[in-house]
Amino acid sequence: MPLGKDDLSAILLTLELASLTTVLLLLLGTPIAWWLARTRSWLKKPIGAIVALPLVLPPTVIGFYLLISMGPNGFFGQLTESLGLGILTFTFSGLVIGSVFYSLPFVVQPLQNAFEAIGNAPLEAAATLRASPRDCFFSVVVPLARPGFITAAILGFAHTVGEFGVVLMIGGNIPGKTQVVSVQIYNHVESLQYAQAHWLAGGMLLFSFVILLALYSSRRTQQGWQ
Amino acid sequence: MSAANGQIKARFKLGYSAFSLDVDLDLPGQGITGLFGDSGSGKTSCLRCVAGLEQADEGLLVVNGECWQDSSRGIFLPTHKRPIGYVFQDANLFAHLSVEANLQYGLKRIAKAQREVPLAQAVELLGIGHLLSRMPAKLSGGERQRVAIARALLTSPKLLLMDEPLAALDLKRKAEVLPYLERLHLELRIPILYVSHAPDEVARLADHLVVLQDGRVASSGPLKESLLNANLPFMHDDDAQAVVDGEVKHYDSEYQLLHIQLENSPVMLQITHAPLASASAVRVKLKARDISLSLSRAEDSSVLNLLPATVAGWVMLEDQAQVLVTLTIGSQQILARITRYSFNLLGIQLHQQVWAQIKSVSLLANQ
Repeated sequence: MPLGKDDLSAILLTLELASLTTVLLLLLGTPIAWWLARTRSWLKKPIGAIVALPLVLPPTVIGFYLLISMGPNGFFGQLTESLGLGILTFTFSGLVIGSVFYSLPFVVQPLQNAFEAIGNAPLEAAATLRASPRDCFFSVVVPLARPGFITAAILGFAHTVGEFGVVLMIGGNIPGKTQVVSVQIYNHVESLQYAQAHWLAGGMLLFSFVILLALYSSRRTQQGWQ
Repeated sequence: MSAANGQIKARFKLGYSAFSLDVDLDLPGQGITGLFGDSGSGKTSCLRCVAGLEQADEGLLVVNGECWQDSSRGIFLPTHKRPIGYVFQDANLFAHLSVEANLQYGLKRIAKAQREVPLAQAVELLGIGHLLSRMPAKLSGGERQRVAIARALLTSPKLLLMDEPLAALDLKRKAEVLPYLERLHLELRIPILYVSHAPDEVARLADHLVVLQDGRVASSGPLKESLLNANLPFMHDDDAQAVVDGEVKHYDSEYQLLHIQLENSPVMLQITHAPLASASAVRVKLKARDISLSLSRAEDSSVLNLLPATVAGWVMLEDQAQVLVTLTIGSQQILARITRYSFNLLGIQLHQQVWAQIKSVSLLANQ
């Protein structure tokens, strides 16, 4: 068996983390993207820039600030402690929060693009057909933005699977709790277990390729409503 | 401040940097009202204000006794709460839904008790039964527009708003959709506001005409009178025209000629046309450029329609070379465009009896 018990638990943990993060990101990213796509407020640009920060910052920077703010002396840490949740650094929940921040632009931007591409016309048509704004969102916007949602989910999931720096900073390297595949590969290399590292790294490579292939093929087929 | 039943009161003030709209309209609460004007005249903005898609800085809108908007009392009904139907210039069907699902979209969203137009009737009226399972991307422009009209009708609107529904169509498609619009007029009792920049379309469909220019109302009145208003922008070009109403008296099948007696007048018009039942009410369009004048009845002319008329007035056209003469026949008026040279040669005077030679006549909708 090329993969050890720790490797399997790292794979499972990674999938669990990425799935949960993706669901949370879609719930959180949809209203943010909708607001960014529709608003005429001057806040649009600053908020857009904040959302995009993880695209350019080294993950260690995000990880560092999350570590500080989620720690016992940080604002977020004190909040979670007063709510009886304890301190979330070096826990799975902490990892989820970090991943949500880290992958946010990968979900918000495709959604924002999809919402902007829909334009005003279908919304106005829906309003003249008695659909309230909320009704219109679910009956017109969501189906029309479906390709955007698919892209956002795939990118959010894949990007979370591929994270390393943030995990290391706020999650550490605790088997079964915060030890994800990318960290496990690092462990294997550190201890010169190249064979195991190959299995995991090759697996990641294949996984990423398949994901991107699926993404590009879905884009091709979803170009028109035929 | 409430308008009587059977009436639409619309007052909007709206200002952008480069354009302002300031209209105060009292419109009939039935029939088709044409909102006519060049692009940039504010006709679409006006329609969007009525729909609530645009919120006027100052606005008052009362439709058949119901107040939809009154900025002085802070009332603004959002679009989805206004009982309107809106037909957009480019149909604007939902791309992710089949034709049938597009039709159902509005229908599903009104209470069963309010559904006055059944799906089957709308489908039949617009002739789209064979398209129900198709996706909008697979429809032609004319088909798309017919589906859009049916979709709007299915919300059983109290006011139907149409924003140049034919503008995006070529001549052939226009001809395909126009008869359906005429049927709407005849078969349903929904008042329609119809935006257009095409004089022919307006003359064919409208009962009441509003002319907008630079965001202001240039004229508003019944179609027949409005078309005679010399302030109309198209008075100075080939679109100057009048419409007259009449009744079918007789059909000459040998020559395929329809004999039409003009309203309140013994005068008859003859038109090459397919047979129509006697006593049908018809509306006839007469273009000013197709009418010439003579002082005596020309007995040896190929022009079929030689009508006795009285000169009621005239205006010099912008080019200073032509004169637009208003003629009275019975209780109706028509326009003739002649050169200033001929005008002086004939010595045209007010109340003079002349013969109008009408070279071409076209039948508009059956009324």
